[in-house]
Amino acid sequence: MQQPNRLRPFFENISFDRKDNEMVINFGPQHPSAHGQLRLILHLQQEQITKAHPDIGYLHRGMEKMAENMIYNEFMPTTDRMDYIASSSNNYGFALAVEKLIGLQVPRRAKVIRMMLLEINRLMSHLFWLATTALDIGAMTVFLYAFREREYLMDIIEDYCGARLTHSSIRIGGVPLDIPDNFIHDLKAFLDKFPQDLKDYEDLLDSNRIWKMRMENVGVISKEMAQSWGCSGVMLRASGVNWDIRKEEPYELYDEIEFDVPVSEKGDNYARYKLYMAEMRETSKILYQTIKMYEGTVKENQTELMAHAPQYISAPKIDIMTQNYSLMQHFVLVTQGMRPPVGEVYIATESPKGELGFYINSQGGPYPYRLKVRAPSFWHTGILTDLLPGSMIPDVVSIIGTTNIVFGEVDR
Amino acid sequence: MAQHQVNYTQDGGLPVALTSVDKVINWGRSNSLWAMTYGLACCGIEMMASGASRYDFDRFGTIFRASPRQSDLMIVAGTLTKKHAEFIKRLYDQMAEPRWVISMGSCANTGGMFNTYATVQGVDRIIPVDLYLPGCAPRPETLQYAVMMLQKKIRAEKAGRAQRPKRLV
Repeated sequence: MQQPNRLRPFFENISFDRKDNEMVINFGPQHPSAHGQLRLILHLQQEQITKAHPDIGYLHRGMEKMAENMIYNEFMPTTDRMDYIASSSNNYGFALAVEKLIGLQVPRRAKVIRMMLLEINRLMSHLFWLATTALDIGAMTVFLYAFREREYLMDIIEDYCGARLTHSSIRIGGVPLDIPDNFIHDLKAFLDKFPQDLKDYEDLLDSNRIWKMRMENVGVISKEMAQSWGCSGVMLRASGVNWDIRKEEPYELYDEIEFDVPVSEKGDNYARYKLYMAEMRETSKILYQTIKMYEGTVKENQTELMAHAPQYISAPKIDIMTQNYSLMQHFVLVTQGMRPPVGEVYIATESPKGELGFYINSQGGPYPYRLKVRAPSFWHTGILTDLLPGSMIPDVVSIIGTTNIVFGEVDR
Repeated sequence: MAQHQVNYTQDGGLPVALTSVDKVINWGRSNSLWAMTYGLACCGIEMMASGASRYDFDRFGTIFRASPRQSDLMIVAGTLTKKHAEFIKRLYDQMAEPRWVISMGSCANTGGMFNTYATVQGVDRIIPVDLYLPGCAPRPETLQYAVMMLQKKIRAEKAGRAQRPKRLV
C-alpha cells in the first residue's frame, strides 16, 4: 500500500483483477497521441482490448472552485483555458449564462460579431482536430497543411483581440471592440480560398487506403450508445441523431441564418471525419452570412457594442471619462463586481466539440455560489469505457483522435 | 619533382580549422536539441504551432521526440498538477544527460493564474529549470527565442565534464 505524501495523493485506487493471459498496460498520461493528459488503463487479450478504464484528472486545476472566489468578469479569462483550442466559445458560453441570469439584451451588432468569432473558433478547432488526428494516424502532410490554414485564422483573431490562443474576446453584455478595418477583407480572402484547401485535405485523405483502413468501421457508436453516454456535437450526429443546439434552441442570431446540420448514420471514425469536413463547409457558409449581417448593421448605423444596464455593465469608456456618475459606477463594478439577482441558470451552447453548458447558482452576491461546467469532452471521454473494448491497440489512437477531447475541458 | 604551388598564407589559408573540443561538442549539442513532446495544456498547442508549418522548428535542429530517452530538452508546456507531478519527475530522470528544461508559460513558471489546491506552483519545485519564458500562452516566436537563448547557454558551458548538479528552487 502506498503511503500518501505531497507528491503522491490517493489516486491509484483502481483495482486490477489479474487473470492469466491478460495483460494490463498503461497508456499516458504523457503520450503524444493522448491529446493532452489522458491516462488509459487497458486490459488486453493478445492485441484486443477487453477492458478500458480512462483515468482523468491530470489537468484538474480547480476552475469551478476558483469561480466561487471571483467576480463574474474576473472569471472570463479563466474560461479561455478550458477548451483552449476554441477559447471564444467558452467565453461566450459563460457570458451567455450570466446574461440570462440578469436578463440582458445584447445589441445586434455585438451579436453579429460574437457569431463571427464563434464560427472562426469553430473552424480553428476543426482544423486543429484534423491536423492532430491526421498526425496520430501518420498523415504528416495534412498536419502541416491544416496548421497553415489555422495560422491565417489566428491572425484574423489576433487582429481583433490581440491574442492567438487565449482570446477573452467576449464580455458579459456584448463585445469589447468593434472589428478592425481589414478584418472583413481578410476573412473574405480566407473564406474564398478555404474550399480549395478543404479539397486538398480530402484529396489526400478520402480515398487513402491507410486512412480508410484506420477509420472505416472502427469505433462504431450506435445511436442508443451515443444517447445513453450523453454524447453531443459531431459524436452524436455521426450516430444518426440530428441534434444541433444552434438549430434546436437558437441563441444569438442563428435563427436568421441558413445552414444545414450534416448527419451521418454510420457512427464510425470515418463518418465523424466526414462530418467535421462537412461542418467546416457549413461554417464558411455561416461566416459569409455574418459578414452580410455585419454590413447591414453598419448601414443601419447600429454602433452599440455593449448592453445598456448601468447596474451590471460599465458605461462606454467615453462616458466614464466624461461623466462623474458613470465613473462611480464603473469603479464599483470593477472593485466589487456586479451582483446578479438570486437564481440559477443553465445555458447550453454548441461549442465545436459539442454541448457546452454553464450552470450558475447565484445567491445575489458578487461571486457565484456555484458554477458548474458541462463540458462535452468529459462525456466523450466516458464513452471510451464502452467503445474501446473489442478493438485493437492501434485503433485506440484513432478512436481517441476522432472523439476530439481536450483535457483542459475534461478536467477543468 | 613538381613544386607545391599552394601558398598557405593566402588563398583562404590552411584547410584546417583550429578549435577546442568544448566548442565542437557544444556546437553539435546546441544545434540538435531534440525536444520532448510534453504538452500539458494550452501552451502545448503553441508548442505544436511552433513545430508546424509557419514557425518550422526544424530549422533549429529541434525535432520533437515522443520518448524521454531520445530527447535532450524538455519543454514543460502547460499547467503541472499535483496528480501529474510524479510523472514529470520520472520522465526527467529517464532523460539522458546532458539535459535541459524550458519552463514554458506562466503556469509552469509559477502556477500562474491557478493558485489552487490542485496545481503545483511552479515546475521548478519538481525538476530544475534552465530557462523560464513568460506569457499565457507564449507565442511561438517566444519559444523560438527561448531555444536560441538556450543554445547560447549551452555554448557557454563546459562540454567535457558531467554537468554540475542543478539546483531546485
